[in-house]
Amino acid sequence: MVLPPFQSLIDAHAGEVSRLCHALAGPNDGADCAQATWLAALRAYPTLKSATNLRGWLLTIAARAAIDQHRARNRRAIPVETVPERAVAEHHQHGDEIWAVVRTLPERQRHAIGLRYVLDLPHAEVARSLGVSPAMSRRIVSDALATLRNQWSQK
Amino acid sequence: MTTDLERALRASAPRDEEPIDIAAIAADAGLLDVAYTVTDAPIGRLVLAHSDRGLVACSYDEEDVVLDRLARRVSSRVIRAPRHFDDVRRELDDYLAGERTTFTMPVDLRLASPFGQSVLEAAREVAYGHTATYSSIAAALGNPNASRAVGNALGANPVCIVVPCHRVVRAGGDLGGYAGGTDIKRRLLDLEAAAAAT
Repeated sequence: MVLPPFQSLIDAHAGEVSRLCHALAGPNDGADCAQATWLAALRAYPTLKSATNLRGWLLTIAARAAIDQHRARNRRAIPVETVPERAVAEHHQHGDEIWAVVRTLPERQRHAIGLRYVLDLPHAEVARSLGVSPAMSRRIVSDALATLRNQWSQK
Repeated sequence: MTTDLERALRASAPRDEEPIDIAAIAADAGLLDVAYTVTDAPIGRLVLAHSDRGLVACSYDEEDVVLDRLARRVSSRVIRAPRHFDDVRRELDDYLAGERTTFTMPVDLRLASPFGQSVLEAAREVAYGHTATYSSIAAALGNPNASRAVGNALGANPVCIVVPCHRVVRAGGDLGGYAGGTDIKRRLLDLEAAAAAT
């Protein structure tokens, strides 16, 4: 299998990976998530069987890394009697509020919303990344939007 | 149909995050199979690369050509890592200033064919300030009729300058070819002659 030099992936997609990671893992964990993405990609790259959808491959790794980060954070979280302010509202940058709500969605919905609205991937690509049919991908996105609309309108 | 919610998602999606040092991540994990950089040397632009074994490329070719070659022949994990080349660049600068006669870094000749490697090893035996001929190298390798093949192998030298293919010329005083152009070959030989004379 002839793969392009790894640097060409970095040049083409480093910005997208960082943006997706920051959206899905949150501003505090975005950099760690991007780091985990690149490490996983570096490990797996030489064993790839096809070079036809490297962008999708990389962004799927990033979306999964964000979900892993999220799970790890939840595992680390220790229940307490009183909830400190910061745990409720993690440090929001301006305009991040709606993405903070996205990060409370179920994993597949988060993954789909990230690819769709951070990176403008078409449904066919989102579906491929999730390993579902395009119809299912549309359904996941519209369910997510319905939940978001509900939660957002309550703000 | 795009809703306000979709517009809000797009508008507030993160932009321009701080870039992360992927070469450092790869190096820390032992996954930096091939590091490379492009450097502006006094004789022109050079693409430098090293593998786990040593300097694997010092090339006058275009960056993308060299990278594709490395990805195909060494490893697809080819990553730009300029900071890994401080010593190599210093030695090249010193050499090109006439202040250094030998290089200390190990060399990895795996981009050359097996025959090419034996030719290049023979070229490495030619001392600073001296020259050899294509036919003398061919004879030394036990095949006096192979001077054209020797010329081709030297022309394909993946590690120019450090492996001194420029010290091999035609019998009769003609310079012969050079990957960086004969002007540069002339400059390198003149530089070495002048520095060796002092």
